[in-house]
Amino acid sequence: MSEFLNDETKKVLVEPLVENNPITLQVLGICSALAVTSQMSTSLIMALALTMVTACSSAAIAAIRNHIPSSIRIIVQMIIIASLVIVVDQLLKAFAYEISKQLSVFVGLIITNCIVMGRAEAYAMKNPPLESFIDGIGNGLGYSLILVIVAFFREIFGSGKLLGFEVLKLTKDGGWYDPNGLMLLPPSAFFIIGLIIWAIREWKPKQREAIEFKIMSISHGEHGGHH
Amino acid sequence: MPKCEKLNKVCEKLEQYESYRKFKAYADKILALGNDSLEKTIAIAVSLCLVCAVFVSMAAVALKPLQIDNKELDMKKNILDVAGLLQADTNIEQAFAEKIEAKLVNLETGDYADGDANAYDQRKAAKDPAQSVLISKDKDIAHIRFKAKLAKVYLVKEGGATKSIILPINGYGLWSTLYGFLSVEADGQTVQSINFYDQAETPGLGGEVVNPNWRALWKGKKIYAETEQASSDKGSLGEAGVGEPALSLIKGTVDSSKAGSQYQVDGLAGATLTSTGVTNLVRYWTSKEGFAPYLAKVRTVKGAKS
Repeated sequence: MSEFLNDETKKVLVEPLVENNPITLQVLGICSALAVTSQMSTSLIMALALTMVTACSSAAIAAIRNHIPSSIRIIVQMIIIASLVIVVDQLLKAFAYEISKQLSVFVGLIITNCIVMGRAEAYAMKNPPLESFIDGIGNGLGYSLILVIVAFFREIFGSGKLLGFEVLKLTKDGGWYDPNGLMLLPPSAFFIIGLIIWAIREWKPKQREAIEFKIMSISHGEHGGHH
Repeated sequence: MPKCEKLNKVCEKLEQYESYRKFKAYADKILALGNDSLEKTIAIAVSLCLVCAVFVSMAAVALKPLQIDNKELDMKKNILDVAGLLQADTNIEQAFAEKIEAKLVNLETGDYADGDANAYDQRKAAKDPAQSVLISKDKDIAHIRFKAKLAKVYLVKEGGATKSIILPINGYGLWSTLYGFLSVEADGQTVQSINFYDQAETPGLGGEVVNPNWRALWKGKKIYAETEQASSDKGSLGEAGVGEPALSLIKGTVDSSKAGSQYQVDGLAGATLTSTGVTNLVRYWTSKEGFAPYLAKVRTVKGAKS
């Protein structure tokens, strides 16, 4: 096991969790992070599905990376990813029917999730299958972590539940908690993800981006026509 | 490594065939080519497509029986749920076989139609031009465009008599077409329950159509307006009359002391469009376009018997 987890594999496994998180640093895969995070259960299944697809597609692409013609390399990656996603969708329909009904189109939309494609292009095309597989798992976990955090806040404040169990008793059921309707709508995930990014960048200032433009006050307007 | 040996043996056996040797030689030649040559590009594309197609279709075929079972079980669960027969420990298959009977209804005449009701799929039939009719625009309040000529209803039996009737309903809400069941008592007038099994409304707002607390509000509501005359001499809707549906969702909470509250259900807070959609689809399916002729016949038969 010790040789399996050498420094390089450890790095690709752990780094995407915070240091190089696909959602908070690379800002990829936001669309599904908005769509499926209104409940913990759907987020967990989505996270699992995406992790499996990223890992397996990265491994498969890495295995044939030396023979992929560069002119059709994106299509080759897409075919492999799409095939895996369809299989995952079929598996969910067969073994987790209730959840697959809730996730509906979003499982299919893993195909267009930028994280999967991003890892294929950035890592799997240049590295051997095993490392690529671990890299896929690492990035999948980084995505999962953010998804679960967002879903935690959205479910508990939006419907007073966690994983379907009642935590805060709602006023409509005779309790005291008046749920925040915004939390149930996708835009709330934007606020939560934004706050997470803020927190991480306070904690790790290295992640802050250099300021590209300076905001100028009106009185200096004549100096710059650019913005 | 016995597995490797086996694989080698298979390879050795394959070596005996002329076509395999040719294929191998070709594959080696292709793999040795530069990655950007046209021949390799095409060969890689074709072989990758073949491999992926086989992989995907194998998964689809192998999992199909499980998926169909899941779908049927889910449907039965929903039907038992709307019939009020579902408890946590209910054996779904058994309860369904014992208490529920599927029947086909001709929507135009309201009579039972012949045919294998269990095998009939109303959702599929609504998409088949031969089995469906286009709904004229002014009548299509549920925005479904097509309806099947035959509808599949479920009769809930208890001791040989029909206790309630489960009608399939569907219509457009805010984001999605809602599919569900409306369970009506044997008088063809009183609602027992409603259940949407397929919808994609906003979770927490329109999606509250699946909330048990909200669904419980439907119990005992009346579908058709009871006319003054009818109510004075029979105490209920004129037996053979095909009524106009009066049931609707209102904004806010129903005041049960007011007249007409038996036709009103609380709307969903924060989901005006979904509520309107539900009103429209319930009205559509209980109107003359939908099950009104059938329910009228149910009442007549019932009246003749009693």
